[in-house]
Amino acid sequence: MGVPDAAGRFGRFGGRYLPEALMPAAKAVEAEFREAWADAAFTAEYRRLLATYVGRPTPLTECSRLSEAVGVRVLLKREDLAHTGSHKINNVLGQALLARRMGKRKLIAETGAGQHGVATATAAALLGLDCTVYMGHTDVRRQAVNVFRMELLGAEVVPVTSANGVGTLKEATNGALRAWVNETEDAHYCVGSTMGPHPYPWMVREFQRVIGDEARAQCAELLPTALPDVVVACVGGGSNAAGTFAGFVDTPVRLVGVEAAGGSAVGKGKLGVLHGFMSHFLQDDDSQVLEAESISAGLDYPGVGPEHVHLAESGRAHYTSVTDEQALRALKLVTRTEGILPALESAHALAWVVDAAATGELAAGSTVLVTLSGRGDKDIQQIKEHLG
Amino acid sequence: MNVVERRLRDAPGRLLIPYVMAGVVPDWLDLVRGAAEAGADAIEIGLPFSDPMLDGPTVQRAAALSAGRGGRPRALLDELAGLDVDVPLVVMTYANVAMTLTPERGVGGFLDHLASVGVRGVIVPDLPLEESAEYRARAAEVGVAAVLLAAPSCDDDRCREIARASAGFVYCMSSMRITGERADLATTARETARRVKGMTGLPVVTGFGISTVEHAVEACADADGVVIGSVLMRMLVDGAPVADVVAEVAEFRRALSSVGG
Ligand SMILES: Cc1ncc(COP(=O)(O)O)c(C=O)c1O
Repeated sequence: MGVPDAAGRFGRFGGRYLPEALMPAAKAVEAEFREAWADAAFTAEYRRLLATYVGRPTPLTECSRLSEAVGVRVLLKREDLAHTGSHKINNVLGQALLARRMGKRKLIAETGAGQHGVATATAAALLGLDCTVYMGHTDVRRQAVNVFRMELLGAEVVPVTSANGVGTLKEATNGALRAWVNETEDAHYCVGSTMGPHPYPWMVREFQRVIGDEARAQCAELLPTALPDVVVACVGGGSNAAGTFAGFVDTPVRLVGVEAAGGSAVGKGKLGVLHGFMSHFLQDDDSQVLEAESISAGLDYPGVGPEHVHLAESGRAHYTSVTDEQALRALKLVTRTEGILPALESAHALAWVVDAAATGELAAGSTVLVTLSGRGDKDIQQIKEHLG
Repeated sequence: MNVVERRLRDAPGRLLIPYVMAGVVPDWLDLVRGAAEAGADAIEIGLPFSDPMLDGPTVQRAAALSAGRGGRPRALLDELAGLDVDVPLVVMTYANVAMTLTPERGVGGFLDHLASVGVRGVIVPDLPLEESAEYRARAAEVGVAAVLLAAPSCDDDRCREIARASAGFVYCMSSMRITGERADLATTARETARRVKGMTGLPVVTGFGISTVEHAVEACADADGVVIGSVLMRMLVDGAPVADVVAEVAEFRRALSSVGG
């Protein structure tokens, strides 16, 4: 998973499909990131925050009871233990430091379930920046607690209503992009996943690669073979998966990305352009982008990061999908066998492992590393509605 | 020289380019005809897209109305085929529509389709310079003017490149704001138009947020003309008959006729 080409492309995918109004801002982000990522003082400050604020490295947990139940050896990379409860903070802190370096006084962000919004509000509070989070009007209603959490952190939450949208992550991203046009001088747009115009898919992956790099080192210590057989992560926009895969892409390890069945852009999407990048998107025959449908708000996005489509096309990674029911079943199993409540998003990755072990797609006794991207506390209400 | 540029150059006064979302009302083609008769120099035709990144609430609602009535880009374009209006039509839509209107054929198929229904110009705001080389080349081949946008945030070098690559006219964003009506014309409107005017022989047209005849007159102190969109679409969305909207276009025409130079 190298650097994208000069046009910001991974193979055919990616690029920078922005109105001219936003081109200077996106180019400035790219220039600043290139410089900062090569600057030892910047990366040292970023590492310091990851260690002392986020609590990194996150542990690798050997799951003996789960492993016994499913017949493969399961290791969990515990992003649920990162501050704010998911991997989102890794990316946000990197971008918040970058924003400060650029002299911006404000962060703007889109959010679905609110995890990225909460992480952004947190980083803004830490660095003394203003923060506005755009959230689809449906999600504002569904995720009232996270809305309050963001407000408590000092952020303003703006519900995005649209004439035709149902008001989830796609609409929130439209809202954030429109706001960015208005605020390019003062604000940095802190994109929440490996999506958006160049350099975001690349930059967000670089800020998330700490997941994969740590896991690689932890596997080397734990496993006689140094590597697991398979590495698995859930894929919404694709940031936790991209960060995880980045640590293993140069090895023979099998890489598996798991999408939600109702948001399977790699699997069912068609080539298109949305939110500044070329990728696969769920869309109808009349060029209209469709809404994704998943129990998990974090996977409720009709597109996917460009690098994933490229990895799929090149055959280096494989993508599959699981249903809401599969995810809920796996969530219950992991909770009962390990005492770990995964986020609904992460439960998709676990569900694939459970079911692939049962069908023999995963050989008995193989070692599987799963990125547990977040904790499930945010989803309690919804889980109760389905399982309670 | 393409038809759009020739027609705009030949026009005697300041240029008036009304925007009409295709399919927004059942009789939208009457609005296109009426606007042409009321003195429009070209007409911008919007094609509905689910995620219009540069559009404010009014144009979003117009797009949703069109989509809700079954308006689909390809069928709407086909409705233009038989239309005999004497001004060039310039289609505005987003990159996803341009790329996927004819699956497997990409932007080339889209441009062929525009040419085949008699459309003379095209605006795709999310195809900036770096992403539009093939699109611009194909547009030139089929005789459709690919109009590029310049924004207040673009520095002089960027504006110069945009002006050089644009065809038909250069479309200047009046401010760093998405489309929609506003109380005042931003100070950036005249600045940007003046900057771009000094760099190109192409007509320079200012759009976004031109909400009143006063704004239009003020913008035309530097620009060769204006695009008016939200003000017209708001009337339709609120239920005004097409005749009233045509009358509004005529108001703008009258006001612009007073601008000299
Ligand atoms: C816990 C968790 N996992 C995964 C995701 C999906 O995002 P990505 O695919 O970028 O990792 C989210 C998004 O909100 C999330 O909150």
